[in-house]
Amino acid sequence: MMASSYNAKEEDGHLSGTPGPGVVGADTSKKPDNTAFKQQRLPAWQPILTAGTVLPAFFAIGVIFIPIGIGLYVTSNNIREFEIDYTGLEASSPCFNCSQSYSWNNTKPCTCSVSFTLDQAFEGNVFMYYGLSNFYQNHRRYVKSRDDRQLNGDTSALKDPSKECEPYRKNVKPIAPCGAIANSLFNDTLALYISSNGTQIEIPLSKKGIAWWTDKHVKFRNPGGNNSNLAPVFKDTTKPVNWAKPVYELDTDPENNGFINEDFIVWMRTAALPTFRKLYRIIQKKGMTPTLPRGNYTLLITYNYPVHSFEGRKRMILSTISWMGGKNPFLGIAYITVGSVCFFLGVVLFIIHHKYGNRGNSSDIPS
Amino acid sequence: MERLRQAQLQWQQLLSSESGRGWYMPPVAIPPKSASGSTDPPVHKIPGKRRTVIARHGPYQSEYHGISKGYQGNSIRTTKYTLISFIPINLFEQFHRAANLYFLFLVVLNWVPVVEAFQKEITMIPLVVVLTVIAFKDALEDYRRYRFDKKINNLVAKVYSGKQQGYVDQRWKDVRVGDFVRLSCNEIIPADMVLLYSSEPDGMCHIETANLDGETNLKQRQVVRGLADQGFEMTPEKFTSRIECESPNNDLSRFRGFMEHSNKMRVGLHNENLLLRSCTIRNTEEVVGIVVYAGHETKSMKNNGGLRYKRSKLERRLNVDVLWSVVLLFVMCLTAAIGHGLWLSGLKDPPFMIPDDTSPVLAGFYMFWTMIIVLQVLIPISLYVSIEIVKLGQIYFIQNDADFYNEWLDSTVQCRALNITEDLGQIQHLFSDKTGTLTENKMVFRRCTIAGVEYPHEDNARRLELYEEQDWDDEALPASLRKPRPRMQSLSCNSATSMNSHTPCDPEPGHQGDPQDTPSPRHAAFSSRMEKEVLPDPLLLLKLNTLSSPELPLLDGGGDASLEITYIVDFFLALAVCNTVVVSVPQQKQHTLQIPDVPRTPLKSLEDLKLLFQRFGIPRFTSISPSGAETSPGGNNPTRFAQRIFSRTSAVPPPSMWMDARGEEPQAAGSRAEQAGGGAEWVEVGPVYEAESPDEAALVHAARAYGCTLRARTSGQLVTELPGIGRLPVPLLHVLPFDSTRKRMSVVVRHPLTGEVVVYTKGADSVIMDLVAPPKGDAQTPEKHRDIRGETQRFLDEYAREGLRTLCIAKKVLEEEEYETWLKHHVFAETSIENREELLMESAQKLETGLTLLGATGIMDRLQEDVPETIEALQQAGIRVWILTGDKQETAVNIACACRLLRHSDRLLTANCSSKEACEVLLADLRAVIHSSRPGPGLEEKAGFTLVIDGQTLDWAVQDGLEEAFLELTQQCRAVICCRSTPLQKSQVVRLVRDRLGVTTLAIGDGANDVSMIQVADVGVGISGQEGMQAVMSSDFAVSRFKHLRKLLLVHGHWCYTRLANMTLYFFYKNVAYVNLLFWYQFYCGFSGATMTNYWVLIFFNLLFTSAPPIIYGILDKDVSADTLLQLPELYQAGQNSQAYLPSMFWFTMLDALYQSLICFFIPYLAYAGSDISVFSFGTPINTSALFIILLHQVIEGHTMTWLHGVVLLGSALFYFAFTLVFSVICVTCNSPANPLGIETRYMSDPVFYCVCALTTLLALLPRVLYRCVRNSLCPSDIVRGSLLDKLGLDERHARIQNWRDGRTHAGPLLTTTVTDPTLTGGHFTVCSANTRSVLS
Repeated sequence: MMASSYNAKEEDGHLSGTPGPGVVGADTSKKPDNTAFKQQRLPAWQPILTAGTVLPAFFAIGVIFIPIGIGLYVTSNNIREFEIDYTGLEASSPCFNCSQSYSWNNTKPCTCSVSFTLDQAFEGNVFMYYGLSNFYQNHRRYVKSRDDRQLNGDTSALKDPSKECEPYRKNVKPIAPCGAIANSLFNDTLALYISSNGTQIEIPLSKKGIAWWTDKHVKFRNPGGNNSNLAPVFKDTTKPVNWAKPVYELDTDPENNGFINEDFIVWMRTAALPTFRKLYRIIQKKGMTPTLPRGNYTLLITYNYPVHSFEGRKRMILSTISWMGGKNPFLGIAYITVGSVCFFLGVVLFIIHHKYGNRGNSSDIPS
Repeated sequence: MERLRQAQLQWQQLLSSESGRGWYMPPVAIPPKSASGSTDPPVHKIPGKRRTVIARHGPYQSEYHGISKGYQGNSIRTTKYTLISFIPINLFEQFHRAANLYFLFLVVLNWVPVVEAFQKEITMIPLVVVLTVIAFKDALEDYRRYRFDKKINNLVAKVYSGKQQGYVDQRWKDVRVGDFVRLSCNEIIPADMVLLYSSEPDGMCHIETANLDGETNLKQRQVVRGLADQGFEMTPEKFTSRIECESPNNDLSRFRGFMEHSNKMRVGLHNENLLLRSCTIRNTEEVVGIVVYAGHETKSMKNNGGLRYKRSKLERRLNVDVLWSVVLLFVMCLTAAIGHGLWLSGLKDPPFMIPDDTSPVLAGFYMFWTMIIVLQVLIPISLYVSIEIVKLGQIYFIQNDADFYNEWLDSTVQCRALNITEDLGQIQHLFSDKTGTLTENKMVFRRCTIAGVEYPHEDNARRLELYEEQDWDDEALPASLRKPRPRMQSLSCNSATSMNSHTPCDPEPGHQGDPQDTPSPRHAAFSSRMEKEVLPDPLLLLKLNTLSSPELPLLDGGGDASLEITYIVDFFLALAVCNTVVVSVPQQKQHTLQIPDVPRTPLKSLEDLKLLFQRFGIPRFTSISPSGAETSPGGNNPTRFAQRIFSRTSAVPPPSMWMDARGEEPQAAGSRAEQAGGGAEWVEVGPVYEAESPDEAALVHAARAYGCTLRARTSGQLVTELPGIGRLPVPLLHVLPFDSTRKRMSVVVRHPLTGEVVVYTKGADSVIMDLVAPPKGDAQTPEKHRDIRGETQRFLDEYAREGLRTLCIAKKVLEEEEYETWLKHHVFAETSIENREELLMESAQKLETGLTLLGATGIMDRLQEDVPETIEALQQAGIRVWILTGDKQETAVNIACACRLLRHSDRLLTANCSSKEACEVLLADLRAVIHSSRPGPGLEEKAGFTLVIDGQTLDWAVQDGLEEAFLELTQQCRAVICCRSTPLQKSQVVRLVRDRLGVTTLAIGDGANDVSMIQVADVGVGISGQEGMQAVMSSDFAVSRFKHLRKLLLVHGHWCYTRLANMTLYFFYKNVAYVNLLFWYQFYCGFSGATMTNYWVLIFFNLLFTSAPPIIYGILDKDVSADTLLQLPELYQAGQNSQAYLPSMFWFTMLDALYQSLICFFIPYLAYAGSDISVFSFGTPINTSALFIILLHQVIEGHTMTWLHGVVLLGSALFYFAFTLVFSVICVTCNSPANPLGIETRYMSDPVFYCVCALTTLLALLPRVLYRCVRNSLCPSDIVRGSLLDKLGLDERHARIQNWRDGRTHAGPLLTTTVTDPTLTGGHFTVCSANTRSVLS
């Protein structure tokens, strides 16, 4: 700022006059403006946290939080959720056999079925999830291993996928979709049957609407924008190593095929935590009858996905949802607890305030 | 007498050469203009390191080019950069900072594929932003310098041109060494030149060095010896002499060399021949000089030191904590690395692993570095940039504080150091100069003693009291009325007229001004009305007037009385001539002064007088005893003596002296009117004196009051006026100027009456008394001398007790032969080129021996307004105040008393000893005294001890071995007064206290003698007042009054410290809290270095979303109002003890940050565990909560909320939301893999998201809120109590404050009740005699 005394002199000119010939010292007084801002007298709110001032806030928090907590808790409790583990590592498990032959490309699909009973009817739309445990979809290098431009239908990226996809970038021909995430796509298929009077009736599972709208319509696009005839578009590419079928054969519905296959999209949105679930199907409610009445069900699994290598578990979850999403009693309990604690603290502060409240103000008590 | 201008630079060099503490950077020389030529030669000259200068257009043209090749031109460049070099040099400089290197390291690290954490570009953002901000700031500053350089370089001067055979206008930058430059009055000197010609008859020239050192008085310069006599007409072509001088250096006060004429005759050159660049020619028509140093080689440029860099205490503390952060980072990264290794080793090629064959150990090692990139924010790099910005803001507010505005000087506080504002809030020891700092440094002649008789000047004392109020009114004159500030040049020359009509034979060029030109005369330095007017003591006046009375010869018989008169006349003559005052006469209509006539109009009585002086010449008087009251009428019974005088002179009409003395009144009134901007014309004006020191001015004015007026000064002659005699020329033979080692100055004159060579010496009593000796060859008089000496000493002590500054006046008559001998030596000394200073000193010392004591003066220096209150407040604030002064012990103690540093109940411990051993014993004794008198609590506690130590003893005390004892002793004392201390001692003491006690020190002073102490102290404060600018130039803060220290420290210091400490803690908190979120996530992603946050948000979180609020709080937060802080100085102790930023506070904050990050991570974790949430969706509630927590944490920790705070806080939050929302809408394929498309829009429309955020925020902040309010309710700190007071109404608050203070006095030993003794109000010196008990060795 004032590296040389020349400059300093110029700044200090008021003491010695301006040196330049013919330059008369500026006629303005150096007196600082007497404004509230410059004199640091802006009107200010001075919050001093004392028992007295904070007290009402604590009570208010208590009063607000406890009802919210109750609401959340009740909502969460009303949600029906059913979870079944079909990993089949135990010998008694119906899927034990399938789980033992772990290979990505089973030419002969291994199927197994698990029976279960729902004690309560599930009303409204029922969401069917598959759950994986100990699967680190959030691993830094795994998360990176994708090419968003390719998935967005960029043809150049289709031919020449991003380097981030290595080593799942090229397998002689460029891999579409490239990368580790796509390569490890969950490929079990689940079907649900209800046992009604001894017969198994398959429950229709909708695979539409399980992905985010933005993902399905903005982020993921097939190359060329043409969803109907995908094979020529992908002809210069090859399928991911672990896949049994190329990407354009994921589904027969042209609106759910290729990169915009919703199962694929859901998988591509990597989970935050190693134990996660992903939406698999939606069981639409029909009329006034419960979507899934009480009764016995059978889950038919085409067991493809190996979890042995990471000691993972596979689950199928059925859940109704509410405005707050899936079942989670934590929030409700936490709200009630925090609300109560605040209320209690309010009482404590009240006592403090009345016993010692004027200590800060009084001067006769030496600190 | 502590004016040590000459010594100042040596001190500076001393200081800069000494490495001192690590944080004190020696002043950097001007940025090198080019690689060559800028290497400074060492200041201590190596013989042979010389430069030769010959005229550029002189006869030796060819030689000129050979010689001058290496010399720099006169263009200057103070900029650091050029357009081309800006980027490389600036980057290079910036990467010298550790913080930026860290950034760079991270960027490079991110380019290593195996450890890459983010996209490469993203890691560069912080670095680029920081570099850009700093580069922009640097560029702006440099551009300012560039423009200033350009302005300077393009100034025009008259330079001799070989082509045109005359002086033509040339720009400064084209001036070369060897050029002849012609300057007129009021022009600025473009380069260092040797003065060759001056239009003044005796080759004199006056320059004003205000641009150089701020001193506004004129300095004389002289044409090279011999040139003036030759009637040297400046024709550069014929200039055959060559100049040999020392190589360029930065010593302003020294110039050595010689000029060799074509006939091989050498003439010595010294400082008086050198015109310094950037000074201004004054009072002189025209000068011609030859350039010897140009551009960056000039002395003024060499003196342009770079920025001094002090590091504040808080910053040092902060650096420690940054290191702790590094340790923390290391631990976290190590944890992650080990965790990753372990996690990997338990896996067998799972589908989510990218297959590679790195072993878990190696992968762990890579992970360590990846984590460093991920967690980089933990090191609060932005803190450094923020601190710089905050300090700029704080300085802005300090400088804009209207309370620091001084209307008289039209100045406000100057913050010259930009980086130690917070140290103002932590001062523990204050070292103050006395004169000019505590006092006004307006010297007023108060009383004197002559020949052992005291003249109390009662009227004068009354006048001084009377003027007190008026004077303040005078000073309070609004600045608007006084402007433009009158300046000297306007009255002293008028080049238009002088060029043609006037032969400048009149040594007073001021007379030539034509009446049309009526600029307002200058407010001459050191000559306020109060100083100028001295009411003579009637008795002394009468005695003096007998000189002109016709009865004079009758006095023959009463030898003692006559003798006394000679003493008196000599005394006043000495006052009038023994100085370096520059006389100028304000413009007037009548040319009344015709000096050349004076010698031809001797008064009739002159011969008689001469006779008298010869007869009663001091060496020859017979023994008379003025103290023999019975026999001698002139003894110490002045009233009787006065009666005698009156009875004798009653027939004579009142001497005109009275009229003269009164005659000053209109002039004074005139000057008052003129100060008010009226510019009124008056007829009779006295001369205007410009003195180097206020003491000198005071003495000249005093002499004038008695009719001994100094009328004019030329180099060889002084014109004085003696009462009853009229004008007398006094041939001035030599001036031996003042220096700090001799502590005296002398003039050698030919006595106007006797024609003898007389030496008049004026100096500190300590030195003069030792030099006084009875004249030799006069056996009868020693007794008389002893009496005079004894009496004078007695009065001196009395003066000192009264707080007056004392000076002794002595004389010595030289026999002609004696003088001749001395002269020979002296001329040799003057002309010698090597060792000139030493020889001159020796020569002066040779002369100043065997002096005859004439008398002594007591000069009063009033305390500045509000000094006692300020000192009291500072002491209440827990600051130990030390006074370091060059004055005598009595004076110092008295001032200390007057400014309430000493109280009635205080006990004085005096340490004067002559040897180290004695000193050791004494220190032990004094400690024992303190120890024994501390029986325990109770009333005894209130009696503080004050140590008074003199320079000699101080020397012993600060030496090895004793300093511990000394410091221990001073720790027990409430105040310490060091008197008779030299500038070096001052800085030694400050350094000792600073280093040994590890306390924050502040030194305040106004003069050159305080420079070293100001530089050594942690905070140096300069007072811009009477003493020039040197103290200000070397200070960190400059104020105009001592009282401003109160608000500067108690309010601004407190605020700055609290703000900065809080901000620093907040930054640590913020970074730890935020970064830990990422760390916790590592436990759920296999320590793979993954983040759940969009990288842009991650980087911007610190850089944009949460950077503004702490800065606003750092600049504007106010824990306690200024009013309360001023009234309760005790609150300052919070800053002193670093309460806001203790190590415990740091760890407490860290713990809180840890807790908050745990809450902030695990609440969303629990809320979303097991659900289908995706990585970056999971980050959204965490990030949003973190933002809320961090912003609200600021609100809790802050103390004020103005609309500005509100805007910034709200703006930050909104900015975050806007950014993330927009980002999540428009970013379709960008920012892989953390593509945010649709995330925020989805979650921000989800009620659960808000439920989670609300819960997280609340729970995270709950403990701190709870802690704060329980703490504030149960045991509020003083600061909180202070801020609670602010909420009360005015009356109640005052009552409470009073209550508090009363309560405090019982509790705290440091604070005592306010002294309400009416005798102790400011402005008077009261002798505290009450309970002071001295322990003398």
